[in-house]
Amino acid sequence: MSSILIIEQVLNGLQFGVMLFLMAAGLTLIFGVMGLINLAHGSLYMVGAFAAAAVAAATGSFLLALGAALAVAAAVGAVVEVAVIRRLYATDHLDQVLATFALILIFSEGTRYLFGSFPLYLDIPDALSGPVTLPGRIQYPLYRLALIGVGLAVALGLWLLIERTRIGIRIRAGENDREMIAALGVDISKLYTLVFALGAALAGLAGALVGAIQSVQVGMGEPVLILAFVVIVIGGIGSIRGAFVGAILVGLTDTLGGIFLPEFFKLFMEPAAGTQVGASLASMAIYILMSAVLVWRPTGLFGARA
Amino acid sequence: MIGGMSREFWVNFAVLAGLVAVPLWALVADEPFTITLATRVAILALAAVGLNIALGLGGLVSLGHAVFFGIGGYAMGILAHHAQTYTAVTEWPMLIEGTKSMPVIWLVAVVASALAALVIGVLSLRTSGVYFIMITLAFGQMFFYFAISWSAYGGEDGLSIYVRNGFPGLNTLVPIQFFGVCFAILCAVLWLNARLMRSPFGLALNAARQVPVRVETVGLNPMRLKLVAFVISGAITGLAGALFADLNRFVSPTMFSWQFSGEIIILVILGGVGRLFGPVVGAAVFVVLEHWLGGLTEFWLIWLGVILLLIVLFARGGIVGLLAGRAVAHD
Repeated sequence: MSSILIIEQVLNGLQFGVMLFLMAAGLTLIFGVMGLINLAHGSLYMVGAFAAAAVAAATGSFLLALGAALAVAAAVGAVVEVAVIRRLYATDHLDQVLATFALILIFSEGTRYLFGSFPLYLDIPDALSGPVTLPGRIQYPLYRLALIGVGLAVALGLWLLIERTRIGIRIRAGENDREMIAALGVDISKLYTLVFALGAALAGLAGALVGAIQSVQVGMGEPVLILAFVVIVIGGIGSIRGAFVGAILVGLTDTLGGIFLPEFFKLFMEPAAGTQVGASLASMAIYILMSAVLVWRPTGLFGARA
Repeated sequence: MIGGMSREFWVNFAVLAGLVAVPLWALVADEPFTITLATRVAILALAAVGLNIALGLGGLVSLGHAVFFGIGGYAMGILAHHAQTYTAVTEWPMLIEGTKSMPVIWLVAVVASALAALVIGVLSLRTSGVYFIMITLAFGQMFFYFAISWSAYGGEDGLSIYVRNGFPGLNTLVPIQFFGVCFAILCAVLWLNARLMRSPFGLALNAARQVPVRVETVGLNPMRLKLVAFVISGAITGLAGALFADLNRFVSPTMFSWQFSGEIIILVILGGVGRLFGPVVGAAVFVVLEHWLGGLTEFWLIWLGVILLLIVLFARGGIVGLLAGRAVAHD
């Protein structure tokens, strides 16, 4: 096993990780500020991907497609927040799970109704297609490298937004004491709509970016949703920093586990059996990681003590 | 609220009577598919009754109950698969052969899912709230991916069983007889559940859900109460899984899917959380909606979503709550 392969796989893991972060950041923000479990977050990812694919097919511009993904996902997020989600803040987690599960059904079947069951395709823009040569003569797809860049840039932007701006101060204050900031004259319901739309936009962006390397289809959001939940639970729900660390951990574990665990078990088992055992363990690896973290720290790595 | 209680009794009575009357009518009218639908209702109701013990009585929102349903299903699939291929399940440390006998399969399904619930419960109950929901979901995903990669038992494609397993003295291939078996089990479990709710254990569990501190003050361990509830709950859902596999004569990893965990929560909520007959009503309404809306439009899940949303937002006691009034306090 060469070092080039290892570096490639680490990059793949990072790319997967930062895309998970885009999903997880919104989920964790929405939970941290509003105390809401949003199972429909994966639907917003799907909405972003479909908006991007439709606009790219109509205009041929990848940038316009990304803009559409952001705008449509944010708009859909805002509408859903005002129409449904708002009524769930005061209810218990069970009702939230159920209502947002209902939203998944509505979104998935609604999208199937509009676009049909066949997958759509979103092409990588010409400027970003093809491989690039990294130091050490490693060939790596430019688009995936760009995804890592975009993911890190969004993480930085989000950090600046939360730590350095007035809106960020309000969001943090909303996490700590919603009654108090409402009493200080901040329109709390507008703030909630804004946070929800921001989370939705990030999910939509992730959907569009990943849509270009996978197919765009109904149900694409749910696997990513589950992984994003794993990420925020590992990181500690409500913590953006935790989401970032968790996303990178999950991205690397999943990617590297898929490659190296079968190889590892082949060292001391028959090749066929070793591949089998390694592959099963690899597909369960992140869930084992998550349960281990929770058993060790029941509120995640960066979670507030319950 | 004595009036409310008796109203709930009549609602429950009507539900059971309906669940018997429909397949009997179908038998006379020679509509075997309707009998299969009623069997499906009885089995899904059983799975949801199991979940309701954790969810309604224990206040444990498990998004991983598909684990137990799947274990029950695979207990049936594995035993029957070995019986139909005349191979041993294992020869070491002792010879274990497959079987086509329902009672043996049920026993294995119940014991295996109870053990799984014990392990998952011990680990998951260290957490609470959202973390509990998520860790149970994670266990569900572990089993799902394990089943997919377990190629000895069909992997992603699952296992087909050619002939339905047998029950002494019955011909289970006749739809109404298999319905009878499932219905009898459902009734027995409902009766046990009713006894459980009124037993000292049930009362303590109820208290542990509402005010854990007070339960601790009188010397009971709320964690242990919840763990026992979780194990009983998992065992019942596991039994339902074995029956479901026998109904379809097929098991596949989808029995472990998180969507199924969500679906049984829906059954419980649709009917009414913590109500004895809530899951039965929920399962009946779900199967009827699936069949009726599914016949009207290919996109029936949209309407299921809308109905569900309306129930969560506006009818918080579920259907039994609407019909029978707020007889039991649950929070």
